[in-house]
Amino acid sequence: MERYRFLQHTADAKFQAFGATLGEAFSNAALAVASVMWDWAKVARNVRLPVKVRGRDLERLLYNYLEEILYLLDTRKFLLAGVEDIRIRGKKGEYRLEANFQGDTDPARYEIFGEVKAVTYNEMRIEEKAGAACVQVVIDL
Amino acid sequence: MELKRINDNTWEIPRSGAMKVPALIYASAKLMETIKQDQTLEQARNVACLPGIQTMSYVMPDAHQGYGFPIGGVAAFDMEEGIISPGGVGYDINCGVRVLRTDFKENDVRARRKELLAEIFKEVPAGVGKGGVTKLSRSALKDILLKGAAWAVENGYGSKEDLLRTEENGRMKEADWGPVSERAMERGISQLGTLGAGNHFLEIQKVEKIFVKDVAQAFGIDEEGQILVMVHCGSRGLGHQVASDYIKEMEDRFGIKDLPDRELVHAPVKSPLGQKYYKAMAAAVNYAFANRQMIAHWVRDIFKKVMGSSAGMRQVYDVCHNVAKVERHKVGGVEKEVCIHRKGATRSFGPGRSELPSDYRAFGQPVFIPGSMGTASYILVGTLEAEGLSFSSTAHGAGRVMSRHEAIRRFRGEQIRDDLAKRGIELQSTSWKGVAEEASAAYKDVDEVVRVSHEVGLGKLVARVVPLGVMKG
Repeated sequence: MERYRFLQHTADAKFQAFGATLGEAFSNAALAVASVMWDWAKVARNVRLPVKVRGRDLERLLYNYLEEILYLLDTRKFLLAGVEDIRIRGKKGEYRLEANFQGDTDPARYEIFGEVKAVTYNEMRIEEKAGAACVQVVIDL
Repeated sequence: MELKRINDNTWEIPRSGAMKVPALIYASAKLMETIKQDQTLEQARNVACLPGIQTMSYVMPDAHQGYGFPIGGVAAFDMEEGIISPGGVGYDINCGVRVLRTDFKENDVRARRKELLAEIFKEVPAGVGKGGVTKLSRSALKDILLKGAAWAVENGYGSKEDLLRTEENGRMKEADWGPVSERAMERGISQLGTLGAGNHFLEIQKVEKIFVKDVAQAFGIDEEGQILVMVHCGSRGLGHQVASDYIKEMEDRFGIKDLPDRELVHAPVKSPLGQKYYKAMAAAVNYAFANRQMIAHWVRDIFKKVMGSSAGMRQVYDVCHNVAKVERHKVGGVEKEVCIHRKGATRSFGPGRSELPSDYRAFGQPVFIPGSMGTASYILVGTLEAEGLSFSSTAHGAGRVMSRHEAIRRFRGEQIRDDLAKRGIELQSTSWKGVAEEASAAYKDVDEVVRVSHEVGLGKLVARVVPLGVMKG
């Protein structure tokens, strides 16, 4: 199954990420964000960082979760290679996400070709049906 | 949506529905074609619906779709009934441009431009995931957030004269580090003195054409062929985090239920949360001023080392492209304080404004409009009429027309490097793929953008400059 797909956008990067579950779609969205900056498939998985975020709705949860990639890059020089053990719980008003980010903290080993300034809410959509989830995000470059 | 053409370069979205004022777009027919293709106009209309907006929701000629407010959006809000919005400033707070003049001519530099560029590349950290060369303590960072470029000067980076030639003298005095989150500080502490990546760059340029001699001369631009240095960067992760933090906090406090777009979230200007954001934003503005101050200092050092002297390398000016400020403007013929948001727009004060350095006051404020990678950039001067046209604002760049993703698909960085080399332009980057993202074909025609600015009177042409060496972050 296709993990993510980039769509036309004037300036920034707009993508849809897919999964059988919301967790899988969120995981693939993280890889889509990483793919703008480095080739995540080439990054070694020798560091594991637990990620815990909350959000009052799923959009906020997704925003906070993707922002962790940028935060960990700036503060730990961490390059994401994969997401494991993702769990999304909660209901409207209080959602929680827990996951483990796998990757490397030695950016000098890789080509880094772009910078993501921020996750945005612009055109953000989250859809979940039985057996299929899709999230759409625009990131500010 | 109704779009009325007022004249060759001006379009209006008349007031309708929840709009409190009309939206006014400054664009040629050609620029309007691309502006129409995304959500720019819809976003300009959304801004026109915000509480306390004054006169018009303005859109500059280089506008494109943003989030909440369009990029290239200018809006002023009443201090009592109006609002302040992090989405109206943008994530890269005080992304801006600094220009240094030099006494060197093209012939002095042409043969050594590779060496100069290589040294700059070595000394100025660029790219993603690159830390700064300066190990900062937490207390030094707090000092920087309060003092901006003045902190850098106190610590040996450049001179006091640089501060006089920086918007706000390199320091927004309203800044406070208290409202800057721990998370934002953590992101900023290792990044001071770094260029970043994306559209950020440092260029060695030559003056190709001078349009207005006396104004150019006042700015230190004496003749065609003279070498300038342009630095374009912002507040890095610290500024991005401040924006994100306050978008969330305002949403928690004021909700988003009536907003067509979540990033239009706002707080009344004078409310405690509005003021808290303003202070944090000003701190990020100061961080960016300090950042450019340090980078400019290193560039002078490198010229001294490679060229033997940096004596004439006076700062022309330093402008903000993403900022909210309290400024005095005329609204309906009456002068008053407003909270002006410029998101992807440049202040363009005309002659006489007290904010300008005394030696520029008779002429107006220098405005820098960088083109896309490898194309011309422009130096303009602010005008008196811009006050009535756009609360003294003009464009900030070429403005994109193609996504970075599409650009990577279509172009190859190495090919761009070779094409530029044939035109005598040296290019260095941390990533060729990153270069492809910034291909000039992914941008609007900067010549057209400045032509509109000039014809409308938002900012008048002073000089056209072209690159000899480009370091892309």
